[in-house]
Amino acid sequence: MSAAPGAKTFVIDGVDASATPGQTILSAAREHNIFIPTLCHLEGLGDVGACRLCLVEVKGARRLLPACTTRVDEGMEITTNSPRLADDRQMTMQLLFAERNHVCSVCVANNHCEMQSMATTLGMTHVEVPYRFPALTVDASHERFTLDHNRCILCTRCVRVCSEIEGAHTWDVMGRGIQSKVITDLDQPWGTSETCTSCGKCVQVCPTGALFQKNRTGERRGKDPSFLPYLRTMREEL
Amino acid sequence: MPKTITIAPVTRLEGHAKITLQLDDAGVVQEAYFHITQVRGFEKFCEGRPYYEMPGIMARICGICPVSHLIASAKACDALLAVRIPPAAANLRRIFNLAQLVQSHALSFFYLSAPDLLLGMDADPAMRHILGVAQTAPETALDGVHLRQFGQTVIEILGGQRIHPGWVVPGGVNEPLSLEKRDKILAMIPEARAKVQRTLTWFKTATENFHAEIEVFANFPTLFLGLADDDGQAEYYDGHLRLSDSAGNIVASSLDPKAYASYIEEKIEPFTYLKFPYYKPLGYPGGVYRVGPLARLNLAERCGTPLADVEWRAFRAMSNGPVLSSFYYHQARLVEMLHATEKIEQLLLDPEILDKHVRASARVNSNEGVGVAEAPRGTLMHHYQVNDDGLITHANLIIATGHNNAAMNRGVLQTARHFVRGDQVAEGMLNRVEAVIRTYDPCLSCSTHAVGQMPLQVELRAPDGALVRSLRRD
Repeated sequence: MSAAPGAKTFVIDGVDASATPGQTILSAAREHNIFIPTLCHLEGLGDVGACRLCLVEVKGARRLLPACTTRVDEGMEITTNSPRLADDRQMTMQLLFAERNHVCSVCVANNHCEMQSMATTLGMTHVEVPYRFPALTVDASHERFTLDHNRCILCTRCVRVCSEIEGAHTWDVMGRGIQSKVITDLDQPWGTSETCTSCGKCVQVCPTGALFQKNRTGERRGKDPSFLPYLRTMREEL
Repeated sequence: MPKTITIAPVTRLEGHAKITLQLDDAGVVQEAYFHITQVRGFEKFCEGRPYYEMPGIMARICGICPVSHLIASAKACDALLAVRIPPAAANLRRIFNLAQLVQSHALSFFYLSAPDLLLGMDADPAMRHILGVAQTAPETALDGVHLRQFGQTVIEILGGQRIHPGWVVPGGVNEPLSLEKRDKILAMIPEARAKVQRTLTWFKTATENFHAEIEVFANFPTLFLGLADDDGQAEYYDGHLRLSDSAGNIVASSLDPKAYASYIEEKIEPFTYLKFPYYKPLGYPGGVYRVGPLARLNLAERCGTPLADVEWRAFRAMSNGPVLSSFYYHQARLVEMLHATEKIEQLLLDPEILDKHVRASARVNSNEGVGVAEAPRGTLMHHYQVNDDGLITHANLIIATGHNNAAMNRGVLQTARHFVRGDQVAEGMLNRVEAVIRTYDPCLSCSTHAVGQMPLQVELRAPDGALVRSLRRD
């Protein structure tokens, strides 16, 4: 069988594979049923490499590369699972938990949280680094939704869905490094935003309890971002 | 020489505390202090959180009675929404609360106090625990395990999990009851009821062995406080607060639970982290009251279910007025468990319990809300204030064990005066001092909403403060 025109052939975890031109390592790996953990990636949104969970080893590269934003090159030799990667991912998860105030037991997203399930999947049993316990605020000024900075991991899914799908670009990130935070419009209370359409897409794509519908605690079903690929396709056809 | 005895930690309690007994030169107990030695701070760290997280946060105060906190907290949140929750939701919460009452009472009676009641106050401490009960009277121990399981299973069927279920939410509950679940609970009731009845029969004969304890286990006049409905019937979920005096006169029949701050004041003592609430119009200590099973049966004009009413009448017939000895908290607990099995059945047999409309939704319509319900140990009050966005700006909790604080301290003094002489006291004497506390089934972690450090201990101290003897069990 001959490869499609322009296809890239590469080796992933010792197996010969091929990718379409411009395809990311993450996308190609998933096509080959190879698991690479992610948190900021979401099918239907552009990738930004924010969470650093999808780092993989590429032969010849001096550092680990994010699978979601690195495109497959001809002849690449990729390793998605190794003791080094397992350690790295565990530490990334631990840093995410230590950075802000994640208390699963009383979180609105408990049992429906992508961060919580990913920590379980990666076998994280405890956090070795000291918690920072920053004093962060909750913005409950919106009529239907709440933003809790304590639970935000800065994945920027909300920013991307608002910009790429809804087209409102209400959300963005301000500050640098550890001071970064998501904001609405010009860092004003969400409820006063003039651009927010209250569509709720940001809430549905948020992987944690940072964005949540008000008074919806204890429900047995979690968020549902499955509308995204559908919306994307429909809008591309317009 | 004057001396001090310390019992530390006091065992078979939920939480951590110690007792100090102050002796004079003749070795007579002059003062007794029940110290709660933990601070937790739930009222403070919930500030800034959205109101709808409060039931989940406050339930974490206690792993034994999370349901009680869930209910009081959700009721306070209902008040913030200013909604009347659907009737089916209110009744489902009632069942939930009664199931909690059964499992908690079973824990208190069988696991914590039955060792004293069955094996005797002077029994070998190495045997004086639930396993000792299991060896001596396996059927009693099994009844205890089963009754606890009954309550916990009902909670699990309704709420999805036994500890910290998230089913009770502001505005109601988040899932209606299915026919299948209802029938599952109904099928468990007859066996549970038979076990309570069997235990009641045994307890009433066992009291013959405890005349001395009945006489001095916090046997003194106080007021009694608890919820009752408009007809004076015992109520565990809603209703008015009712207050009676030690002669059985109703001091106040329909206090609005929401206005608790206008008639309840809390006194602070330096030796304990637990405050001393009292009925404001009568001052301190005249306004000291007791809450919980004994108070509820003393206040009520009936339980409202046939079998429990028979037992309630027998209970009240033991005294001309209210039953004053805290030893009878045990019996009151059993009567309440019987009532709970009947009431749960009554509520489940009403077809409306299966109504699908179980949650009212609204935004915050009031900046202040109070939720009051009867927890196993007594009246539980949650009081929240929120800003216009629904974020908590202030929270105040008064917990059942707190209401009983003054009575527990006086009970320790009364019991110690009777049983403790000099510093050469037998272990069984000090066990009685602990046992009087156990009658109240205090939940110390709840009452201080605090971070625990040590279980209960007893200290004997000289008038100059010198420590004479200290008992501590880790």
